[in-house]
Amino acid sequence: MTQMPGTIKAAAMTDTKISARNVQVYYGDTHAIKDVNIEIGARAVTAFIGPSGCGKSTFLRCLNRMNDTIDICRVEGSIDLDGEDIYDSRVDPVQLRAKVGMVFQKPNPFPKSIYDNIAYGPRIHGLVRKKADLDEIVASSLQKAGLWNEVKDRLDGPGTGLSGGQQQRLCIARAIAVSPEVILMDEPCSALDPIATAKVEELIDELRENFTIVIVTHSMQQAARVSQRTAFFHMGNLVEIGDTQDIFTNPVDKRTQDYITGRFG
Amino acid sequence: MTDATLSSAASAAPVTERKSKSLLEADSHTRRRNAAETRFRFYGIGAVLIGLFFLVALLWAILSNGLSAFTQTSIPIDLPLDKAAIESAEKSIVKTSKYNAMIGAALEKKLADAHIETSMSEKDLMKILSSGAASTVRDFVLANPDKYGTTVPFQLLASSRVDGYLKGRVTRAALANDKNLDAAHLDIVDAMMKAGIIAKTFNWNFVFGADASDSRPEQAGIGVSMLGSLYMMLVVLVLSLPIGVAASIYLEEFAPKNRWTDIIEVNIANLAAVPSIVFGILGLAAFIQFAHLPQSAPIVGGLVLTLMTLPTIIISTRAALKAVPPSIRSAALGIGASKMQSVFHHVLPLAMPGILTGTIIGLAQALGETAPLLLIGMVGFIASNYPDGVADGFFSPNSAMPAQIYEWAKRADPAFYERAWGGIIILLVVLMSMNILAILLRRKFERRW
Ligand SMILES: Nc1ncnc2c1ncn2[C@@H]1O[C@H](COP(=O)(O)OP(=O)(O)OP(=O)(O)O)[C@@H](O)[C@H]1O
Ligand SMILES: [Mg+2]
Repeated sequence: MTQMPGTIKAAAMTDTKISARNVQVYYGDTHAIKDVNIEIGARAVTAFIGPSGCGKSTFLRCLNRMNDTIDICRVEGSIDLDGEDIYDSRVDPVQLRAKVGMVFQKPNPFPKSIYDNIAYGPRIHGLVRKKADLDEIVASSLQKAGLWNEVKDRLDGPGTGLSGGQQQRLCIARAIAVSPEVILMDEPCSALDPIATAKVEELIDELRENFTIVIVTHSMQQAARVSQRTAFFHMGNLVEIGDTQDIFTNPVDKRTQDYITGRFG
Repeated sequence: MTDATLSSAASAAPVTERKSKSLLEADSHTRRRNAAETRFRFYGIGAVLIGLFFLVALLWAILSNGLSAFTQTSIPIDLPLDKAAIESAEKSIVKTSKYNAMIGAALEKKLADAHIETSMSEKDLMKILSSGAASTVRDFVLANPDKYGTTVPFQLLASSRVDGYLKGRVTRAALANDKNLDAAHLDIVDAMMKAGIIAKTFNWNFVFGADASDSRPEQAGIGVSMLGSLYMMLVVLVLSLPIGVAASIYLEEFAPKNRWTDIIEVNIANLAAVPSIVFGILGLAAFIQFAHLPQSAPIVGGLVLTLMTLPTIIISTRAALKAVPPSIRSAALGIGASKMQSVFHHVLPLAMPGILTGTIIGLAQALGETAPLLLIGMVGFIASNYPDGVADGFFSPNSAMPAQIYEWAKRADPAFYERAWGGIIILLVVLMSMNILAILLRRKFERRW
């Protein structure tokens, strides 16, 4: 923590949950992430913004090693979660992903019942022994995701039968059912209408109390609304990170300024 | 953004000019395009009609030639089983000739009872009946010693010439140089028809019986070779489904994408296109000459057909796995499922309909395959009896449906030709049932939401 790069304004940081140092990502010969150093605070929402193709999703996927599933992808540097390097050879990515959950751009519920969607994670991680405990987890996850009242009478109904916004909240509920510490969200609202988006944003704000959240978004307003800290990526570089308010009111870097004023991207 | 609005405003003038044409009449460009579309629709309908025509012609040919195999002419004869006669017959060297005499006497009596006059000798008269009649009676007698002294009603098969005459296949003219039957016999048959003591009945023996030798087409059935096919399909299913699915899952979900997997992929695709006779000779060399498995046995046929079916199953399984949206995999991985859990809990169930369809199509292909069976000797008049038990079913020589059909089509007697067509009907019915099963399974396993 002492080797934190100067771009980070320590004042806004609570505890550091994730700290990445000198991260490089290559897809074959493409250098997609260039020497990124970043600290992500615990129990706060950090937003990644930047023009399309700048590497936001790539970097996000580094945080739960989803990049491992892409054959040509190579990650260098180190990323610590609570002081432990997640790229250490002893780390099992499967165990890591139970701790660092992910919500995707397109809602992707399993083609199973709503109940089974939520119950799947706890089941495979052996979190529960009794059916009653599982019921409890399903109910509380759905409540936390603000979906309980809408689906409590149709838990046996198909998860894919919900509306897009409900499906995305179902995916969030599914992610929190395994009680992760970090939740990564890659443009979680890009497939949703404004009302559903508002609901998800509200949810993210509530989840902040218990989880560390990293969200990639294309909407500057969304970043301003839900996040405490914002990181601006450009062409594989982390250009600037700081309190959301500061980034949007007086960005340090010219590129950040151009981006948030709509000059490019 | 602003640039775009500006330029569209600038080009507004020519747009209004083009709009001035009436929409109520099509311009020449539209007319030409519509004409081309109409023409194309006619080509399409024409192509479908041609296809339908051939299908109908094929079905008509099969049904008109093959349906007659499902009826068979037989003569009900009450045969007194005299104990002394049977014992003397069993003591003699040519036992069937003694039984023939018994049957002949009964037949003569039957004709006399029906007031049919004939000057034919008993031996000559017997040509109306199948040459297998004596052994049919003898088999019954040996199996039922308690029936000695009673009169037993037999339903004895007519000879294939008589059967052919009643089915319109054999004409009087054709009998001129046929030493199996004379026109005089046909007069008797006509009279028997009139008296109602000869009849065509449904030929269960054709569906369930065994093949018979060249001289007894009326006794030949496809049942035993159908069983041979069934045993082969069991071998194919038990081997190729797990191997094929495991290979596909590995290649599709786990294997790194590199030059080696590319080579494997290309080779699997090529294997699917290898002529089946190549698999036959491979099976002959590997399973019979090298591994010394029994010749003509369904186990060997099954192994050879497994080799042939594997590429089909692998290709269709991989296609089914590919069709599962990647988002499902990410969803599972994202909440901490392992690769294997994501495949077995989520991907495989979604791919199941495709896998099952591919498997059944592969099996159906294997079921209709003839060439490789010829090379491993699963053809010809091989099994005249049902196998004793399951092990025997796998390891004793047998034929298979398509090989049996080929064998019949090869034989000289036109009565076998009719059976070849009949066999094709049964083969098609089996294939069609398999396809219907595939559709039903697909429906059942299809994603319900
Ligand atoms: N699977 C992949 N294989 C090869 N190159 C990839 C892959 N995924 C991303 N890239 C490349 O890496 C770079 C960063 O992509 P990434 O998806 O992280 O961008 P992004 O910031 O998320 O963009 P967007 O806002 O459009 O989602 C791009 O140049 C992209 O082409
Ligand atoms: Mg992205």
